[in-house]
Amino acid sequence: MPANAAPAARPAAARPAPAKALPEPTPETQPFWDGCARGELVIQRCIDCGKPYFYPRPVCPECGSTNVEWFTASGRATLYSYVINHRPARGFEAEAPYAIAVVELAEGPRMMTNIIGIPNTPEDLVLDMELQVEFEQRGDISVPVFGPPAGEKTS
Amino acid sequence: MSRERGVIIAGAAETDAVGKLPDHSTLQLHLEAAVNAVADAGLTLRDIDGIATVNAPGPMQVAHALGVTPAWMDGTGVGGTSFLLHVRHAAAAIRAGYASTILITHGESGRSRVGATPFPRGASSIPGQFEAPYGTTGPTSTFTIPALRYMKEYGLTHEQLAYVAVAQRKWAARNPRAMFRELITVEDVLASRVVAWPFHLLECCLVTDGGGALVVTSADRAADFPKPAVHVLGTGESMDAPLISQMADFTESKAFRLAGKAALDEAQISTADVDHMMIYDAFAHVPIYGLEALGFTAKGEAGAFIAEGNTEPGGRLPLNTNGGGLSYTHTGMYGMFAIQEGVRQVRGEAAAQVPDVNISLVVGNGGMFASSGVLVLGRRAR
Repeated sequence: MPANAAPAARPAAARPAPAKALPEPTPETQPFWDGCARGELVIQRCIDCGKPYFYPRPVCPECGSTNVEWFTASGRATLYSYVINHRPARGFEAEAPYAIAVVELAEGPRMMTNIIGIPNTPEDLVLDMELQVEFEQRGDISVPVFGPPAGEKTS
Repeated sequence: MSRERGVIIAGAAETDAVGKLPDHSTLQLHLEAAVNAVADAGLTLRDIDGIATVNAPGPMQVAHALGVTPAWMDGTGVGGTSFLLHVRHAAAAIRAGYASTILITHGESGRSRVGATPFPRGASSIPGQFEAPYGTTGPTSTFTIPALRYMKEYGLTHEQLAYVAVAQRKWAARNPRAMFRELITVEDVLASRVVAWPFHLLECCLVTDGGGALVVTSADRAADFPKPAVHVLGTGESMDAPLISQMADFTESKAFRLAGKAALDEAQISTADVDHMMIYDAFAHVPIYGLEALGFTAKGEAGAFIAEGNTEPGGRLPLNTNGGGLSYTHTGMYGMFAIQEGVRQVRGEAAAQVPDVNISLVVGNGGMFASSGVLVLGRRAR
């Protein structure tokens, strides 16, 4: 929206905190989001070739088979790469600067995530460090995020 | 497949100005560039029988606004490299006889956002579900993610990354149209504010308004135009992943590698034959990935190659000689400007002209390492 079309400013106190972007599940991704709601990281693998994969889709990216199944991943991962974003997205203002990370699941697939329970600084976020999935409730949907394995939190 | 019928770029031009153009809409930038390119070829719009541009505003809108009824249209939209793919597709169309004189246009009000199309990313799209919830804010926070992995695996230093911007500013200093022309140091780059660590402001591309256009036709007409013909000797296109988190290998660009191999193979040249190179530089790490993917250095060595001065004025591989997206201009879909500079260098009319450019290699990027088109441009027919 151009700046000149913005609604008239309201008093800050009356303005609701901006919300983070929420995912909107589609039929083929619904089992993943249903898993998150139960506190489980549910991804897919190919029955024919055995390849686990993410993001959800009905075709194995390794061999092209449609003979695929859902399974509950361990939730263990390592930190593969990240940036520390200084220009926050809507809803992330209070957390900035914050890490946008890609983790590698123990089963192999990679996924984007946020890192919780560790200061999001270059010194504290060390590539290949071990992480464990947790779930962050946002409105009606639960989003997977990653933090240090239980008992190792530093913040 | 027969490649006997050669294809040339007969006309190439940018908008009258690039930079801050709040008095131009996106469509107007397309049209101004189109008129300039057709004039550069010594033709009129009535000579155009094919059109290609990205899907917004799209080939129909651009053609109609110009009064052209094309016999061939291409709306391929795979990000900022799309125009390199349009050249490739146009070459195929000309060889097939579908069209004879094809206009390829780019215009983007990237900075002023006049008549611009909103970036589509619904909450139910794959990136909307699996990336946006983590606070992505466009390319600065996503295209940049692979770099730390590369730095860990191959020892690229922050200083070497910063030097990419320093080297390109040396070219921009010689280009009066460049937005930033003042020489900078590694210290300047590292002192600029952090945008998405490890990237500082001066390691990120500009955001500007502008446009460019090309006229592509068959090489048997090469003597018919006012400017020297630029031969399209080889082309390639490929892709990696539409989501940065799914990029096959964070330390190398599969799209650059495959598109580059196709283009070099078709042109029947090796890296040693390349006199001039353009690599789409949305961020400072992208030229490093490009040099390695195309085989100009071994894996892990391109950062040092640039820091040793090989790509700057006087170096043996002049790279991004307009100043690049980091210093010249970057409308959002920069690929057209990389082609334009390749054409100017082959013609011998660039602001920072490299002596005796017979071969220019142009490497385009689309999305966040998502897609690539590569062109081999030459002064002579193969």
